[in-house]
Amino acid sequence: MKKKVMPDYGIYMEAIIQSLSMLNPAKLYRNPVMFIVEIGSVLTTSMAIYAGVTHSGEAGFGTMISIWLWLTIGFANFAEALAELRGKAQASSLRSTRAETTARLVTPVGFSHVPGSELKKQDQFLVEAGEIIPTDGEILEGVASIDESAITGESAPVIRESGGDRSGVTGGTRVLAGKIRVSVSNNPGETFLDRMISLVEGASRQKSPNEIALTILLVGLTLIFLFVVAAIPAFSSYSGIKSSPTILIALLVCLIPTTIAGLLPAIGIAGIDRAFRANVIAKSGKAVEVAGDIDILLLDKTGTITFGNRQAVQFIPAKGVPEKELAHASWLSSLSDETPEGKSIVALAESLIESKTPPDRLVPIPFTPETRMSGVDSADGEIRKGAEDAVSTYTGAPFSADIQEIISNIAKSGGTPLVVAKNKKPLGVVHLKDIIKPGLKERFARLRKMGVTTVMVTGDNPLTAKAIAEEAGLDDFFAQAKPEDKMALIRKEQEKGRLVAMTGDGTNDAPSLAQADVALAMNSGTQAAKEAGNMVDLDSDPTKIIEVVEIGKQLLITRGALTTFSIANDVAKYFAILPAMFVVAYPQLKVLNVMGLATPESAVTSAIIFNALIIPALIPLALKGVSYKPVGASSLLRRNLLIYGLGGIIVPFIGIKLIDMALVLLHFT
Amino acid sequence: MIANDWIQIFISLAFVVLMAPLVGRYLAWIYQSQSLSLEKGLYRLLKIDADKEMTWKEYGVAIVVSNGFFFVAGFLVLWAQAILPLNPRHLSPLSAEVAFNTAASFVTNTNWQAYAGEAQLSNFSQMLAITFLMFVGANTGMASLVAIFRGFTRSGTTMMGNYWSDFFRFFVRAFLPACFLMALVHVWQGSPQTFKTTVTAKTMEGSQQTLIVGPVASLESLKQLGTNGGGFYNANGAHPYENPTPLTNTLEFLEMGIFTFALPFFFGRMIGRPRQGQVFFAVIFSLYLAGLGVIEYSEKMPNPLIAHQAISQQITPLQDGGNTEGKETRFGITQTSLFSNTTIAATTGAVDGAMDSMNPLSVLVYLVHMFLNEEPGGKGVGFAGLIKEAILAIFLAGLMVGRTPEFLGKKIESKEVKLAVLSLLITPLLVLGLTALSVVIPAGKSSMDNPGPHGFMEVLYAFASGNANNGSAMAGLNVSTPYYAILIGVEMLFGRFLPLLPLLAMAGSLARKKTHPETAGTFKTDTTLFVVLLFGFMVLFAALTFFPPLILGPLLEHLSILHGISF
Repeated sequence: MKKKVMPDYGIYMEAIIQSLSMLNPAKLYRNPVMFIVEIGSVLTTSMAIYAGVTHSGEAGFGTMISIWLWLTIGFANFAEALAELRGKAQASSLRSTRAETTARLVTPVGFSHVPGSELKKQDQFLVEAGEIIPTDGEILEGVASIDESAITGESAPVIRESGGDRSGVTGGTRVLAGKIRVSVSNNPGETFLDRMISLVEGASRQKSPNEIALTILLVGLTLIFLFVVAAIPAFSSYSGIKSSPTILIALLVCLIPTTIAGLLPAIGIAGIDRAFRANVIAKSGKAVEVAGDIDILLLDKTGTITFGNRQAVQFIPAKGVPEKELAHASWLSSLSDETPEGKSIVALAESLIESKTPPDRLVPIPFTPETRMSGVDSADGEIRKGAEDAVSTYTGAPFSADIQEIISNIAKSGGTPLVVAKNKKPLGVVHLKDIIKPGLKERFARLRKMGVTTVMVTGDNPLTAKAIAEEAGLDDFFAQAKPEDKMALIRKEQEKGRLVAMTGDGTNDAPSLAQADVALAMNSGTQAAKEAGNMVDLDSDPTKIIEVVEIGKQLLITRGALTTFSIANDVAKYFAILPAMFVVAYPQLKVLNVMGLATPESAVTSAIIFNALIIPALIPLALKGVSYKPVGASSLLRRNLLIYGLGGIIVPFIGIKLIDMALVLLHFT
Repeated sequence: MIANDWIQIFISLAFVVLMAPLVGRYLAWIYQSQSLSLEKGLYRLLKIDADKEMTWKEYGVAIVVSNGFFFVAGFLVLWAQAILPLNPRHLSPLSAEVAFNTAASFVTNTNWQAYAGEAQLSNFSQMLAITFLMFVGANTGMASLVAIFRGFTRSGTTMMGNYWSDFFRFFVRAFLPACFLMALVHVWQGSPQTFKTTVTAKTMEGSQQTLIVGPVASLESLKQLGTNGGGFYNANGAHPYENPTPLTNTLEFLEMGIFTFALPFFFGRMIGRPRQGQVFFAVIFSLYLAGLGVIEYSEKMPNPLIAHQAISQQITPLQDGGNTEGKETRFGITQTSLFSNTTIAATTGAVDGAMDSMNPLSVLVYLVHMFLNEEPGGKGVGFAGLIKEAILAIFLAGLMVGRTPEFLGKKIESKEVKLAVLSLLITPLLVLGLTALSVVIPAGKSSMDNPGPHGFMEVLYAFASGNANNGSAMAGLNVSTPYYAILIGVEMLFGRFLPLLPLLAMAGSLARKKTHPETAGTFKTDTTLFVVLLFGFMVLFAALTFFPPLILGPLLEHLSILHGISF
């Protein structure tokens, strides 16, 4: 979706309202770290109220701390709510495209008009030119030209037809020409779009495996800090220091990893949302995450690496034949050839010859399986073009050495030689070549730096496959592959402990898609393929998988970076709060107040304010994701450790000091 | 510091650095080769099927049950000492709680001593309870470490090796021969080795003195080589019979380091990535050196409390200067610093000076060493703890390369994180919890002889030592009371087995997993960057967990001394 979400202040209001409702402990317990903050907030608030009612000191300080503790939870909830709402806004903008339509439901006696939303799985409906397809389905009969711009943003219409691998249609798209009978693939509420929406919604959102592992670590750290803080009253009492419960709770909240715990849900939702913005519908959060782990990427040659068809790139005449003569003969023989190869020969020839008026009385000779040649008969005689052996049979003699050399050179370079003969005399060879999509080489180089090996799978012979793999910059290729070989290849790599990603659209891809760890199905593909994959690309662009890998990596990096940052922050918070707790009894500990914070109260308040404010400050980063550059694991780690590890230690020292200065300036102390 | 100090440090450490890789290679051979016929004979004799592979659970059960049996046996020997042979002095048995504490202490390789050896133990107890459990403790630690290694060397299996085979291989091929050899060296240097219990000597003043003797040399070599630390005599390595000469002082230092510093190299060989071993050694050794630096600096510092008195605290070739209180004057400050840093870092707990007399900053180092307990840590279990730290550091930072974190080709997922965290929780829970309890309740406070931060430090040190299975102690805290004997006894058992079993389970989970081949996107763990990462993670983590008690203990005392305040 290239559509941009307009800056919408309504979404912020909505997020604020939603974050208030998320204060409900019954909902918050899903986030154990924030749940503990809530318990702490309830305690400090009660103590502040008690102190206020009984006029027993600390009321003002207690109120201040309580307010910031509640804000800490509020900010965390806001981050989650905002991510959720943005995801939903994205999905509902898609959903709105499927305005309520009337579908022509096929019934035993003809058809009846029903609302599109009432169609059930296995129902069949009819659509004609000018109508909007009511829901996702698979074409059973007919062929249609469809405008999918509503979901892909691509204005060129696409052809969808029954039987083949391009039989899938999506609700909300418009039929431009043709008439099709479609079988509904999902019950209402179960389409990919619906699943996508539920993925970003808190209620049904499942934590991904990595998120679970991280949550365990965060809970473990929280427990440790709970022990640490719980032991302080005993240590203090031994040392003759009176400990304030409010300060202890403030210290606990500062130490437990609230920053990452508050942002963790938002990071996950934002990851799925980023995939969505790239027009990829992930069926689970796990799918996006695993994409970052991919070791091997299997790519079909045709349609993914190369454009679907071969194109003429050069005319190589036999000895003694002018190039123009060969071009002219090739042009004539291809004028009525409607195949993409034929058209490309015409186009190439027309750049070489002067006269573009064909002679009269041309009799096109179509390609037949028997002759395996096509051509044209004219007043000048007959022209034939075809594969080497077919033309050789036609001329009735082996080719001369120079032609044979041309043919073998073309074959070696991965191209397809097409011999052209006039009146049984070979004129030369047309070099047909697979055209590699532009920009792929750079993308594969990028993948290599990420540690992903790219493997091309093709039915071509090894020679051709090798040449194309080299030209496209692939790491490896698998030639003369049959559909079942792909499955075996995936299994073999998985046995070696590698994670395999692939794209596919056909029904015969379905088993491999199901076997692969990350499987991106094309939206144009069959229902079986879409069911087997764990992601669907609405643009039906097989190279999209590369973006998905980057999104997966970015998701993991963002989590790791913010966790590291969160824990590194604790150092400064200790240096703010501990001297504040002990310095009254032991003035010699003053040297530990390295930030020179004004008073014990201002020190604790500054730390807790920093701890709260860092959450909203990092929301944009959590939603956007830490930038990912494929520079190799070690330099990536070094860079992120410097920024989020070392930075995480230094930044709060500065932040807490600034807040303390502001508090002094505002006479809050 | 003077040149002499540098030379002592350099020679001692150079020896460790040179020997450790060779010993590591030898240890790898022990576990990678066929059983010797001697071992096979031993298995036949003991009716052990040493070829039968065990799952992590079976392995864990074997550890717990066998150690439980050894523990009970040790307890009975100490408790029934009076009716057992080789007790010509008719020593009374240990009280039940001290016997429990001692059996727990020695079976866990702690060697915490709530008794005074020469005054309370018969030679029978010294040999059958103390020396025997010293062997068991060190061997068990080594065996469990090898099982944990298999989590990385194996894939697609639930089998973790055979406990008894792992136990006896180390015993037969390394531990026993080394102990035997070094015992002879100790005898040569002057340590007693006899069944006699007393020798009567005539002093220069002409009076009679009764000297307690016994099988000291054999216990001594085992005490150091097994990173046990429990001395025959209460004065431990400061007693001339345990540590007669400067040569034995250096040898004892090397004995502590020889197996423990070899473990990272052993690991590198076992997993077929020697470089990984070197990287772990670098982490361990940097932490060790950092500790040594602080101790040496702090002990050579003139004491500000006595600066105004007419006492020279200058360092000259003729006097040590600095804080000589409680030092083994035969060896000097540097030897004591080297010895104490090693004894704590390697969780031996043997001492050749009084820990209670060290400057607060040195105590701070000892405490941090014991909180980490992994650099290099005790026989086996210390290095297992380092693997745990590495896994957590990798999980945390490894996400930042954009892949599910992997260590040595094994994916670190929620199960591993859960088990590592479980293992990690034990130290803070035990040390902080028990210290907090003991500094407020009367049963805990009544044993404290010192007020203020120093008294606090002594309690903290006791529980840090018990949990880390270190065994060294600061004096000034009476730990023979039932309260401390039972509490520290339980703590030693918990501190040993509670972190170990989750790590064994984690290894079990790793062994089942496939080993992923490395790609350009894999986070490499055999680099300098990883050394920095792990070092930083460990220090940061220990600091975050123990900052409050460290402030109220050693830091407060240190700052008070600087301000001329004493308690």
